[in-house]
Amino acid sequence: MNPDASTVDTVIDAVSAVFMIVGAVMSLAAAIGLLRFPDLMSRMHSATKPQVLGLFLLLAAVGLQLRTWWVWPVLLVAWIFQVLTVPVSAHMVGRAGYRTKHLHRELLSTDELEAVVLKAAQAAKDAEPDGGDRNTD
Amino acid sequence: MMELVLTVTAVVLSLAAAGAIVRIARGPSLLDRVLAADVLLAILGAALCIDMAVNRHLNNLMLLVAVSIIGFIGSVTVARFVADRREQTNES
Repeated sequence: MNPDASTVDTVIDAVSAVFMIVGAVMSLAAAIGLLRFPDLMSRMHSATKPQVLGLFLLLAAVGLQLRTWWVWPVLLVAWIFQVLTVPVSAHMVGRAGYRTKHLHRELLSTDELEAVVLKAAQAAKDAEPDGGDRNTD
Repeated sequence: MMELVLTVTAVVLSLAAAGAIVRIARGPSLLDRVLAADVLLAILGAALCIDMAVNRHLNNLMLLVAVSIIGFIGSVTVARFVADRREQTNES
């Protein structure tokens, strides 16, 4: 091996080491956010860090350490799968948290869902007497 | 250098898992516990990734995808269940 290749090797090792440590610190940041933030919405904000950016950094470290080109599409598929599923579960948890009033309303700067929920409740209230009449008839 | 990285990430991930477990134990609502369990699964996936990177193999990749599927199905199911139950108790 020429010395140039070993220098490249050291640089790749250093970059992947930095990726691994930063990816692990993302998990620690999520745990600290889970412990210190006051309500469900702000805890969700911190919980998504290791799921997307942390996993990206760690999969990049795996790809750099294996040093073969064909692992990159496999790792990309794993990451894209995570990126597709994480927003759906976060949406479901946030929706359930909003509906069950697990939030501090004074901490919100804007609430775009409130008008939608009020309109849906009004529509349900308007539709309810008709359904009741039909049931009694 | 890889041993140093392994030690540092092991300590960091252990602290993170301890924090997530504390939130699972203390969490005031069910959704907080689901969220903390999701973070715990992400920490487990991070540990699997670091094992693959340090030991240079790909054995854990399918397990990583399976862990993310389990986290997705679990949190969606529990969120759906919580929403349904609370709406019914509000109506009745």
